[in-house]
Amino acid sequence: MAVVKLQRPKLAPGEQIYLTALLKGFFLTMTHAVKSLLGKSMGAKELASSGLGVTMQYPEQTWDSHLPEYYRGAPALVTDEQGRERCVSCQLCEFICPPKAIRIVPGEIPSDDPWAKVEKRPAEFDIDMIRCIYCGMCEEVCPEQAIFLRKDYVITGLSRKEMVHHKDKLYQIGGIRTGLVNKWNELK
Amino acid sequence: MLDLLIILIKIIALTFCVVLPLVPVSVFFERRFCAIIQDRVGPNRVGIPLTLFGFKKDCSILGIGGLVQPVADGIKLFLKEDFTPKHVRKAFYWLAPALTVAPALITACVIPFGSDISLFGYTEKLVIANIDIGPLFIFSVASLTVYGIAIAGWASNSKFPFLGGIRSTAQMISYEIALGLSIIPVLLYFGELNLSTIVQQQAEHGWLLLPLWGHDATHTLASKLLFWFPAVVSFLIFTISIFAETNRMPFDLPECETELVGGYHTEYSSMKFAMFFMGEYAAMVIGSALIVTIFLGGWSLGFGTDVWISQLRIGDFGYGGFIHLAIFLAKVVAFILFFILVRWTIPRFRYDQLMKLGWVIFFEAALINVFLAALIVAAPDLTAAITAIGAVLLIIVTATIIWVARVSEVKPPILRA
Repeated sequence: MAVVKLQRPKLAPGEQIYLTALLKGFFLTMTHAVKSLLGKSMGAKELASSGLGVTMQYPEQTWDSHLPEYYRGAPALVTDEQGRERCVSCQLCEFICPPKAIRIVPGEIPSDDPWAKVEKRPAEFDIDMIRCIYCGMCEEVCPEQAIFLRKDYVITGLSRKEMVHHKDKLYQIGGIRTGLVNKWNELK
Repeated sequence: MLDLLIILIKIIALTFCVVLPLVPVSVFFERRFCAIIQDRVGPNRVGIPLTLFGFKKDCSILGIGGLVQPVADGIKLFLKEDFTPKHVRKAFYWLAPALTVAPALITACVIPFGSDISLFGYTEKLVIANIDIGPLFIFSVASLTVYGIAIAGWASNSKFPFLGGIRSTAQMISYEIALGLSIIPVLLYFGELNLSTIVQQQAEHGWLLLPLWGHDATHTLASKLLFWFPAVVSFLIFTISIFAETNRMPFDLPECETELVGGYHTEYSSMKFAMFFMGEYAAMVIGSALIVTIFLGGWSLGFGTDVWISQLRIGDFGYGGFIHLAIFLAKVVAFILFFILVRWTIPRFRYDQLMKLGWVIFFEAALINVFLAALIVAAPDLTAAITAIGAVLLIIVTATIIWVARVSEVKPPILRA
């Protein structure tokens, strides 16, 4: 049956005048107030509170050491242990990026380069951090393990231009990652 | 000429330097206190900007960081676009915010803020207009606030503000009666409508709710304690009606966000919205000032210390009035904190509950309270037999009213699962 009929609970005379409930309420709120002033609110310790309520006060305190393994921050490009740019500018990330934040201009690797057999590397690789939604699809789709989401989250700028991460910035955030893809190595 | 100048100074000093600053202060207290109740921090960054005056750090100790936040918000509201929707009735739309904020500030003129101040031989009361109809004046002017709200609701020409305006009107009508009736016992007791005199009496013979000092032949302890009961009932009804009158939780149905978007000020933005906001808080300040004045001894510190404070002087300058002003403000701020505690403790009433509370409970309770107080006040002058008859009649009337209220109550049909 779609209609649920319910019987309201019968109130005792004390509850009917409503005052006891009010006093209980005052007691509850004041307990919270006192506890939060003393920094003893429930969960204050686990949430690393600043000593007032359960709040961590941001610029002075940060959540960095509590970030989970799977945290998705700024996307960044990485180089491998031999200093090679991992990205081969296949543009899969550019195509999958839901908000179209990534723009890649592919470039040839000249034949006299030691990595000439890789053939391509990005000439330009821009990620517009205003558009980025930190979904991690680029990381997911990358066949070369070249783009990763790092734990950086403080991405600020005073203009739209500043909010675009260019290639050098992306490599600077990303740094070096070892292992995983070895197909271009001489050793193999 | 000098009188006019003194009045002008008093208006500027008391309204614009005492009441208006209390508005942002109460906003700050509201935000901080509710944050603390909810285990949060609240605005704590916008401290007093001492760095502007060459100090090394802004003052933000003792939890008063954030005290300037309402000022920052005010500046923000000033700079925001003052948007007037196309579908509104322009003249009334512009009139409404002023109609809400002005009455609240006008009522400040009969509140006694402190005892006398003497300078160069002149003695001045710290009250703008020392008129003999204090509470009546406040009721008549404060009830004009509802016009602002109702007009705002109507002029916005949109359904949610309109509902808010209607609700406000209905609420105001139902609680104004209880408000007026609940104060009659107090006026009977003091035999006085001048708020300054009422406070003076309380300073000499004990506050209405704390009558523990200043006993004499006409003010015996027994008579004062006997009157304590109707005084407490008046206090409860009056306080709750003030809550309804100022549209505060749990009676903020005209602007309840969960049902009516923003209530009567949905279509308002920028400074016009800020004026509604300010009007609401100014009404709260005045409301608590009125409660403190009538029931909690106004500017008096109590326990017979007031005479001593009044006589404090440096040379020609009797500064006791300022100490009384500080005491009064402390009491008002304490009561505002109570307002805030209530707001964050009690959930909003349903509309029919609100109406029932006003018409069926408070109206009758206030009426019975008037007769009870009259009996207690008149008892010394009456013979025992007449007093007894009065008491019996009162009990019968009370019982009848309770019985009628119970019988006439529509019982919800019993549902079985």
